[in-house]
Order: sequence, then C-alpha cells, then structure tokens
Amino acid sequence: MHKEWQDDPAEAVYAERRVAMVDEVAQMAQEVSPSPGGGGPALSPAVLDAIGRVPRHRFVPEDERRYAYQNYPLSIGHGQTISQPYIVALMTDLLAVKPGDRVLEIGTGCGYQTAVLAEVGAEVYSIEIVESLAQQAAETFMALGYDQIHAQAGDGYQGWPEHAPFDGIIVTAGAPHVPQPLVEQLKPGGRMVIPLGDTWSGQELLLIRKDENGKTHQHNVLPVRFVPLTGGH
Amino acid sequence: MPLLSIALISCAALGLEILLMRLFAIVQWHHFGYLAVSLAMLGYGAAGAALAMVGDRPHPAFHKAFAISALLFGLTAPIAFLADQAMPFNALEILWDPRQWLWLSLQYLLLFVPFFFAAFCLCLAFSRFGGQSHRIYGADLWGASAGGLLALGLLFMLPPQRVLLVVASLALAAAVLAWPSRRRIVYFLLPAVLLLPWTIPDKLIALHPSQYKSLSHYLLVPGARTMAEKHSPLGQVTVVENRLMLLRHAPGLSMSADSEPPEQLGVFVDGEGPGAITRFDGRPESLAFLGQMPSAMPYQLLHRPSVLVLGAGAGMDVLQALHHGAKSVDAVELDANVAALVAHDHAAFAGRLYQLPQVKLHVAEARSFVAGSRQRFDLIVLPLADTFGTASAGLYGLAEDYLHTTEAFRFYFRHLEPDGMLVLNCWMQLPPRDLIKLATTAVEALAQEGVVQPVPHLVLLRSWQTAALAVKRTPFTAQEVTVLQAFAEAQGFDFEWAGGRVGNEAPHHRLDQPYFAEAFDALSGTARERADFYRRYKFHIAPSSDDRPYFQHFFTWRAFPEILRLKERGGLPLVEMGYPVLVATWLQAVVFGALLILLPLRVAKWRAAAGSIGRGRVFGYFAALGTAFMLLEMAFLQKFVLLLGHPLYAAAAVLTAFLFFAGAGSRVSGRLSAGGHKMPMFWPAIGIVLLGMTYLAALPSLLAICMSWPLAARLALGVALVAPLAFCMGMPFPLGMTRVASAESGLLPWAYGVNACFSVMSAPLATLLAIEIGFSGVVMLALGLYVAALMTFPVAGHAGSRHKEAGYA
Repeated sequence: MHKEWQDDPAEAVYAERRVAMVDEVAQMAQEVSPSPGGGGPALSPAVLDAIGRVPRHRFVPEDERRYAYQNYPLSIGHGQTISQPYIVALMTDLLAVKPGDRVLEIGTGCGYQTAVLAEVGAEVYSIEIVESLAQQAAETFMALGYDQIHAQAGDGYQGWPEHAPFDGIIVTAGAPHVPQPLVEQLKPGGRMVIPLGDTWSGQELLLIRKDENGKTHQHNVLPVRFVPLTGGH
Repeated sequence: MPLLSIALISCAALGLEILLMRLFAIVQWHHFGYLAVSLAMLGYGAAGAALAMVGDRPHPAFHKAFAISALLFGLTAPIAFLADQAMPFNALEILWDPRQWLWLSLQYLLLFVPFFFAAFCLCLAFSRFGGQSHRIYGADLWGASAGGLLALGLLFMLPPQRVLLVVASLALAAAVLAWPSRRRIVYFLLPAVLLLPWTIPDKLIALHPSQYKSLSHYLLVPGARTMAEKHSPLGQVTVVENRLMLLRHAPGLSMSADSEPPEQLGVFVDGEGPGAITRFDGRPESLAFLGQMPSAMPYQLLHRPSVLVLGAGAGMDVLQALHHGAKSVDAVELDANVAALVAHDHAAFAGRLYQLPQVKLHVAEARSFVAGSRQRFDLIVLPLADTFGTASAGLYGLAEDYLHTTEAFRFYFRHLEPDGMLVLNCWMQLPPRDLIKLATTAVEALAQEGVVQPVPHLVLLRSWQTAALAVKRTPFTAQEVTVLQAFAEAQGFDFEWAGGRVGNEAPHHRLDQPYFAEAFDALSGTARERADFYRRYKFHIAPSSDDRPYFQHFFTWRAFPEILRLKERGGLPLVEMGYPVLVATWLQAVVFGALLILLPLRVAKWRAAAGSIGRGRVFGYFAALGTAFMLLEMAFLQKFVLLLGHPLYAAAAVLTAFLFFAGAGSRVSGRLSAGGHKMPMFWPAIGIVLLGMTYLAALPSLLAICMSWPLAARLALGVALVAPLAFCMGMPFPLGMTRVASAESGLLPWAYGVNACFSVMSAPLATLLAIEIGFSGVVMLALGLYVAALMTFPVAGHAGSRHKEAGYA
C-alpha cells in the first residue's frame, strides 16, 4: 500500500498521537471484558495494529483533526459521527475477521471503520445511503490507497447480492430491524455486528452469529463492565 | 399605574416560557430546553436584585423606564431565540466536548435577557406602587393566565416561531401603552406593533433543527421528501415519503421473517421517530410481516378478538389486529394531528383504515377513555413508543405517565373479558429496566386485585429488539403456553416467563446475565421479598403509581457513581438523563438564586438598615411563599390533570383557572390589608391548609367516582375545586408586599426577587420531591410551608422612623 501522505512532517505528530490512542484503547480493553464468558483481553493484537495504522485524522473534517486521536466520537458533518475508536476496535474484533474475508458494511460514513476492516485484511464492500458522504469516503480511500475497499452509494437494505455471501457484516447505521437480505447474505458460520443506541451517549453492540444450519443466534455486548445488577447493598 | 401593560407583560412572559420549551423540543431535545429556560426564569430574581441595588432612582421616570424595559423584552424575546439557534451547540456532545459548555452558557445568557426585562417591568411596578401590590399581582396573574391559553391556542393554528413573534408583539404593545406620551402615538403605534409579527418573512424565522435528529438524518436519504407538517402544542408532526429508497419500519421483526413491510410513509414528531403509516390494500394477508413480531403474541391465543389499542399512533397496531382477524378494533390516539394523518390526509394510502366498519377511532387520552368506557375487550394493547431513542435516552423520564401505573393497570383489568389479555410492548434495553418495571407494576396491580400468585398470570416474549409482556386476569394454562412456545420457536423469539415457569434454556438471543430469571424468582416471592428486590436492583424498578407516576424514571443514586466512571467507555446509556438533568436544573437555580438574593444585601446594606420587620423575616416569608405556591400549584395541577384526562387541555384549563382565581384573591386581599388587621395572612393561610388537606383526603375517592363523567362535568368540577384554593393562594404575596411597602419599601424589589428565586428553584424541586415522596407528600410539605409563612409574616412595628433615618425611603 502506497501512502505518500506519510512524508508530510505533520503526520509525525499524528502518528505519535495515534500510538497514544492505541495504548488507551488497549488499556480500556484490558479493563473491560465484554466477550461472552468474560476473561482476558477483549481485543486481538491484529485489531490494535489496524487502528494503529489507520490515519483517523484523514477521516474527520479539518477543524476536528486536532481531536482525531482522542478516544471519543467526533462530528463529521451531515449529522453523522465517527465512532469512538474503542467502539470501532471492539466492533472489528467481534467480527473476528481473518485476512481475505469478505465483509459487507452498511453505512460507510466517513470510512474510518471501513479502513480499519481493510487493515485487518478484509475485502470490504461498503454501502452508504448519503451520496455526498459516499463520495467523500471514496476519495479518502483512493488517497490512502485502500484498493481492497469497494464502496458505493445506495440503499443498504438489500445488501450487495453480487458479492454475497459474506464472512462478516457490519451495520453501522441505525437499524429498525435486521433486513432479511442481510441475514441471507451472511455465510453460515459468519458474524454480523450492529451498534444499538446513538454514537454520543454510548453504544451497546448486538452480535449475530449464523450457525451451519442457517439459524441465527444473537448476543448483546455491553462495552462496559456493569455488574452485579442485584445483590449489592 | 399601567395595569394593562403589566398584564400584557405577564401574558407575553408566560407565553414565551411555553414557546421556548416547544421550540427547543423541535430544534434540540426538550431536556436541554428545560435546563436553559429554567435558568432564564431566574431573570425574575435578577430583576429584583438589580432594582434593589439601584433603589428608587428609576421611580421619577417610572413610565419611561417601564416602557423601555417592555420594549427591550419584546425585542429580545425573538432575537434571543434566533441567535440561540445560530449557535453550533450540540447537546449530545456535551459530555465529550468542553466547547459545548461554552455554547450552553451563552444559550443561558441569551435566554436570560428577555425574562430579565419582563421581570424588571413587574418589579418596577411593585417597587413604585408597593401599596397597591394586590392590584399589580392581580394583573400579573390574570395576564399570565391569559398568556398560557393564548400560547397554547395559537400553537394549534400557527407554527411556533410565528407564535413567538405574536407573543413578543404583546410586550411591544405593553411598551406603547405604558409610554408617557400623547395618545395619538399610541393609536398609531399599537396597530403597527400588533401587525408586526405578520410582516416578518418565514425565511427569517425558519427553524433549524439539530442535524442529529432522526428527521434531519432521514431527509438526507436520496428521494426523501417532506409531504406535510402540522403543528400543535403536542408536537410538530412531519410526514415524509421516499419512493426511491423505501422506508421499512418493522421494529422487532423476526430474523426468520419471510415477509417485508409494504410501502410506508415516515411520521416524525418533533423530528424524532419514525413511526410509519403503512400502505394497506384492504387485504389483511398483505400485512404478513405484522404476524412476525413479538407484539403478535396475543393473537396466537385469541380468536377474532375485540381489541383496544391505547396510543394508536400511525396505525400499525390497528393493522396488526386486522391482520389477525380482530372482530373490532377501538383505536385511541391523543394527538388529533397524528390521528388525522391516517383518518383523512393519507386515508387512501392507509386503506381507509379508520373508516372500516370494524374500526373505531377515538381522539382522546387513553386513561380517561378507559375510565369512561363500559366496554370490555379481549385484548388491550399498549404499543411501542415510536423510537428506541425515546426509550433509551430516558428523555421523558420525568414526564408524568398515568398509563403505566398500578391504578391504570387495574382499570385495564376491569375492562378485560374474563379470559382477556393486557399486552404491554416495549423496546429491549439491557440491563433491563422498563420491562422489569412493567412486570413489577403488573404484579402489584394483580396483587391489589386479590391475586395471591401473580407471576403465573404473566408471559414475557422478547426478540433482540422489542418485547411483549402479556398479563391475564387468570393464570396462563399449560396449553396456552405450548401454543406461544411454538410461535416463539418459529420466529426465533425467546420466552422469559411462561405462565409461572422460567423461559427457554437455549435462547436465540443470549444475555450476559440471567436478568429475567432473577426477576422471576423475586416476583414469585412474598410482598416483602418483592420489596427487597426493588430496593436491591440498580435501577428504579419499583411499581409506578398515580401518586408517583414516573414510569420512565429508572435512575438510582446508588448506581450513579459507577455509571459516571463508565462514561468514557460507552456506559452512558445506563443512565436515564431526565433525573440528573432535573437535579442539575435545581442546583443551578439554587446557586444562581442564592447569588441574586445575597448580592443586593451586600451592595445595598449601607443604605437599607434593617427595620423592625427585619430582612430575615422578609426573607423567610417570601422564600416560604415562593416555594409553597409553586409546590402546591404543581402538585394539584397533576391531581386535577388526572381528573380531567387530556394532559394538555387539562393543564391549560387548570392552570388558567388557578392563575385567574389567584388573581381574584390578590385583588380581594387589598381589603384585608386596608382593614387594619394585624395578621391579615391568618385567614388565607388557614383556608389553604384546610382546603389542601381536604382535597388530599377526598381526591382519590372523587377521582374514582368522577373519571367516567362527561368532560364538561369534570371540567366544571375541576374549576370549582381549584377556585377556592387558588383564591386563597393569591392573597399571601400581595399581603406581604403591602406590609413591606408600608414598613420598609426599599426592601420591596429584594422581597420580590427572593420570591421569584424560590419559585424558580421550586419548579424542578416539585418534580424531584414527587419522585421521592409522591404528590401527596409534596402537598403536605407545601401546606407546612404556608404555616411557616404565616409565622414569619412581616409584622408591622415602628420601622418607618428608623427606615427614614437610614435615608432609604
């Protein structure tokens, strides 16, 4: 991957901040164990490496760049947000992507999540309903040399049947229900991740697994440790 | 004395308060509006403080000062809101981005300005004509009473931003009328200012809702088009269509669903939603998707049921009933604008749903509809709130909800056929709170109906997104449970409580903790064990009641520190924002109120030597009054709202009556002051305490008897009950002001400010207290404060001579 932008001296500063951000995300993941059954660090090293490589500042508007490596969500215009890095990392981790996996993303937004998926080795198919955002993201992907990202503007409800089935599906836009076409386009053994709630107040994640018989199993992942619910006095 | 101008100022000020809350609900989120407007109301206290510090210097040019202040009020009211709208404040970002605090502070400051000038007019009048406080206060209250009605009435006809201009023009009219000049100017200017609101172009006053609201998002989707927009005090309703990229709204739809919703129109209220009007071609089988949601559960057991839908919205639950062959559907909807979308505006699209012979639409408040109905139903449905956002953010946590209380559930039970079912739908939230609270409220209601083992009367079915809790007057039978289990298995839903048994062991949607099994165990126990469970749970899940009708209040202080620590890790959905916002509102009012009360004392003390009545006594009296009036008004407002049904009309009627009769009381209090009584406050205080206690004791029985009466009769009864209480409550303030005026007039603005500050502090306090001790507790506290006010009534002494010596008068 050719990244000429890395020659820019200002990029060194961003790179430093990125390292600090990764440390923070990793530490947060150590403290929280959202995985079913609990125990152990929640994020794989591959995911941490990926967020360490993606230049987040390139995905946010100019006036927000100095906050790009803070571990919190940012506004990117059009009423859209870029999720907290910890949540992006967690969603990527929950998809359990392996290099070469085919991943469908519904809701490209600014493209940061897409780029992280690409950095863990996925072939990403991403659909964005707002045309101007889709165009902007496509330009960023091109500038950063992400050849394995295939993005288009359109309605994500029908998925992308031409490239189905997918090993993973990530639905970053709010979903009133899980569209049946997406369930159908998920490979048996595949995973789907959907964030619930809004970006600002924090998100709970829904992990859907499709078993070999095509049956779905869902699990809610709360990215925080909030226990026990009863019993405390 | 410009009594008409005073009334107009109060009319405009109350109108402005109502409008700002409405406008904030549209452009931002209403709790931040509440926060900002509450602080802005401290403009009343600030005006008192300012005048206390400048003393009687404005008195010689009273009319000019009054008119200029009124003019500034009229000008700054719309300007403040428009400037506020232009600020890049994003309420959602406030916990992440420190810049938002700056914008919020500026928002406070902007909104504070018009209220300051409004209050300055009133305070100036009290200060200049303190001996006639009863007339000023009377005009103030009557003006306010008209302002509430006017604003609400106009909101049915005009967009809120236009109503804002009308309200502002009233303040300008007050300025013209008060101007100490030739009549000709008055005759020329008065029509001009009243016509002013109609000359401002729409573009200049257009609303710019937050880009983060659901409607703003949806309008970015290619093909989305706003078809219609309707206004009422209940909300701004927007209908959106998209033929290019279809809206598909089917919350809770099974992941195994083999059907999809047909074409739909999005319905947004105050920019939040969507709800959906679904195209209906008259064939119930075309709506197969409605059979693949958790809310379809009751129809697996009921054959051709008679159905009552409480909160029909855009009609999805009515269609669901028709899809399942209901023999009759009674659809109750509060908002006439929403009902009209399906009944008239988009009737053809919606298959003339409300014209079908088996469907009856009732535009009414659900609780009073049930109370007034003699019909029994096989199924009573409380549908989902329109958005998950509403449920998750707890935005309405502090709105009184009389549909989800033990008393309401008992009403529903009595309107069910012996084998009928009450079904409560809600969004899934984890860790669960509203579902558990629905269950605790249902269990408590069943227990109050004499059911010894309530849990076998409950079935809970959930998907990953929505859930349905079914409650029967009789226990669910094994056969019924088997039928429901087959439905759940086919759709990939999970049982939690199946008529006295814990649900399936291998769930489709796995939770990280057995939340529902724990709740099941606790609810199966004795009343004491249940109470212990309510206490131990990290969210407030104790049953909701008519005395503490805050169903959406789940906040507990116990869990708060832990949630705060989790803030930066996305733990914030665990806290319902309503309660902390209310506490913050109260705290900011206390801090700024204290400053406004203390500042004049510091600055003006060299001039205002304490007279015989003493500043402490004046403080005690007006602080107690400001608090007691607001607490009592808000508590009885709620009690009467329940009697009258419709929250909006009832609140408007009761508030208007309250202010009107209080104004009458104020006028009459002049005679008590003039009568030379040493303690003129005695009889009004006794009247308030006796009436308050009588109402408290008698209202529950009265409500049970009268809720089925026709609205006109209930309205007449409500006004008859309000009248004597409000009449007495209108007296103590002017009595105190008149007494201060005669003894130490320099303290008048300060006394006014103390009263205003405590009133503003008491508005959020009333809700906080109602949550903790119930409305009955609030009433008792308020009555106690009236007794305290009686004991601190400024008794006349020989203040005059000392006062004059101090060179203040």
